Amino acid sequence: MKINTNPFGILKSLPALFLAAAMMVAGTSAQAEDIKVGFVYVGPVGDHGWTYRHDQGRLAVEKELGVATTFVESVAEGADSERVIRNLATTGHGLIFTTSFGYMNPTLKVAEQFPDVKFEHATGYKRADNLSTYSARFYEGRTVLGTIAGHMSKTGVVGYIASFPIPEVVRGINAFILAMRKVNPDAVVKVVWVNSWYDPGKEGDAAKALIDQGADIITQHTDSPAPLQVAEQRGVYAFGQASDMSAFAPTAQLTAIINDWNPYYVSRVKALMEGTWESQDVWSGIKTGMVEFAPYGDAVPAEARAAADAVREGIVNGTLHSFDGPINNQAGEQVIGEGETLDDGVLLGMDWYVEGVQGELGGQ
Amino acid sequence: MADILIAAILTIITAATPLVYAALGEMITEKSGVLNLGVEGMILVGAVAGFATIHSTGSAALAIFAGLAAGALLASVFALLVLGFQATQVATGLALTIFGIGVSALVGQDLVGIAYDGLPKISIPLLSSIPVIGPLLFQHDILVYGSFALVFLVAWFLKNTRPGLVLRAVGNSHDAAHAIGYPVIRIRYMAILFGGAMAGLAGAYLSLAYSPLWIENMSAGRGWIALALVVFATWRPWRVFFGAYLFGGITIFQLHAQAFGVGVPAQIMSMLPYLATIVVLVIISRDINKIKLNAPMCIGKPFHPTA
Repeated sequence: MKINTNPFGILKSLPALFLAAAMMVAGTSAQAEDIKVGFVYVGPVGDHGWTYRHDQGRLAVEKELGVATTFVESVAEGADSERVIRNLATTGHGLIFTTSFGYMNPTLKVAEQFPDVKFEHATGYKRADNLSTYSARFYEGRTVLGTIAGHMSKTGVVGYIASFPIPEVVRGINAFILAMRKVNPDAVVKVVWVNSWYDPGKEGDAAKALIDQGADIITQHTDSPAPLQVAEQRGVYAFGQASDMSAFAPTAQLTAIINDWNPYYVSRVKALMEGTWESQDVWSGIKTGMVEFAPYGDAVPAEARAAADAVREGIVNGTLHSFDGPINNQAGEQVIGEGETLDDGVLLGMDWYVEGVQGELGGQ
Repeated sequence: MADILIAAILTIITAATPLVYAALGEMITEKSGVLNLGVEGMILVGAVAGFATIHSTGSAALAIFAGLAAGALLASVFALLVLGFQATQVATGLALTIFGIGVSALVGQDLVGIAYDGLPKISIPLLSSIPVIGPLLFQHDILVYGSFALVFLVAWFLKNTRPGLVLRAVGNSHDAAHAIGYPVIRIRYMAILFGGAMAGLAGAYLSLAYSPLWIENMSAGRGWIALALVVFATWRPWRVFFGAYLFGGITIFQLHAQAFGVGVPAQIMSMLPYLATIVVLVIISRDINKIKLNAPMCIGKPFHPTA
């Protein structure tokens, strides 16, 4: 047995005692040192898409607020995620972001068990006093892309590589062609569903098929940069998805929609530190910076840039909405007239194509 | 119209080539009586090794070799476990896939977001200038030519050579082969390594030619399709080749049909390649005696050398 003979040994623990006392004095006003923020990701941080952008937000929180963060990547949706979320809640995290739709019920369950911990769930719709939801209006970005496509497409045919026929994706397709047709009323969009979020080979093949059938601009709602590579090789244009993908298509990428969660994450952690955090439901877009854009490619002419900028400005000012009437459905029947706008309820459940979309939407 | 058709067929060739490599490799492994479910994992390590090599050295030849070697290396782990330690083949193969997904992601962390132009196309002089046939058959990258050669070689090896006969004997009755004096374990070792090397080439094709980039899990299930092809083609090389092209062909066809605006729901279109490949291969291979003749009887069974 070793006996501590150092009479000054007790001094070593003094700083800890002072720190504890200081924390008691500080009371409820939380400081950066004692807040921990947790993130749960559905994919790997190296996916160059969805999860990558959430992780950029986490890094922004660390950098701007000096707050410690923890992340767990590639967490399967469902029962496994509940264990991960609970683990974060029991290890002193004051705020936990769960970043995929499938985490909705597990997050709610853990939130009920830990009323003192705050939770934020992306893209869901179940809320509680300590559980917020947040999502982005990516379709606003599609409106800007459609405007550029309308100015730049010579064939008037755009190829759209889509993942799964859910309202989120259908909304993007509709927003794109509505904007494109405002510039070129005869434009059409050909949609190919690859039934995957992520299959570089198949996404590339879909791009080839669309280009072979006359599309001179490719856009996608899938996660890999393979379609942009194909566009670059074939000498047509394309839009990046979720991240700036210009490394894969230096001349072909016209711009890219970028999911920017940084300002949102920073503001929410700040609110927690200041004690002003409240449960809320956020669905915002270009205005709050949640939907951002990569710099325009060299190929985009001044006229298209001006038009795209005007659309962005209109959306930010509220003078323009992606789903302003008149809007016809695929069969050419009018859905809403001039002066009307589709409301969020319709947008959230959108399962029909507007005029100008080619192809059959499953499930109808 | 002819242009679209040629373009579509070229796309089919690129879609089928990785399946040809992975499935023919697995077929040789299975012919020796070993079931390796780790194809997906071996494809991924081949893909990441190939891409890492092209990124650091710029040499396509080295990159292809790296993919091949990485696949064989991972297969050697499997061989050691199932042949050396008599581990269960099914569980070990599944573990190999999971391990391959993880280790390729780890190695490839810094390779995400880097672009590569793709393997150079090699035009065969004179032949490549023939209209229609030239672009279809004689303007590909080296790995596509290699896949054509591979199916000839594998078919010839199994049918016409003595080592091919020995391999089949080991797969059909390891006890009999052992009794005659053939080194069962060593032959299976080589068959597993060959299967791994071919899966590695399939991976190298994915990351160097098909979609020349690296992202985690980029094979997206092609290893499993290759495994299924071997069974539905009843362990016959030309049918494996045909099945790979059928699967690739219908995949591309349905993408074109969707782009064309055919009024069939997308979900049915996406189902079509799987459904049609299985149905066609089952129909052409329905002769039960032929199946018995070609299926390796000892598949999945561990071999304990006695006496």
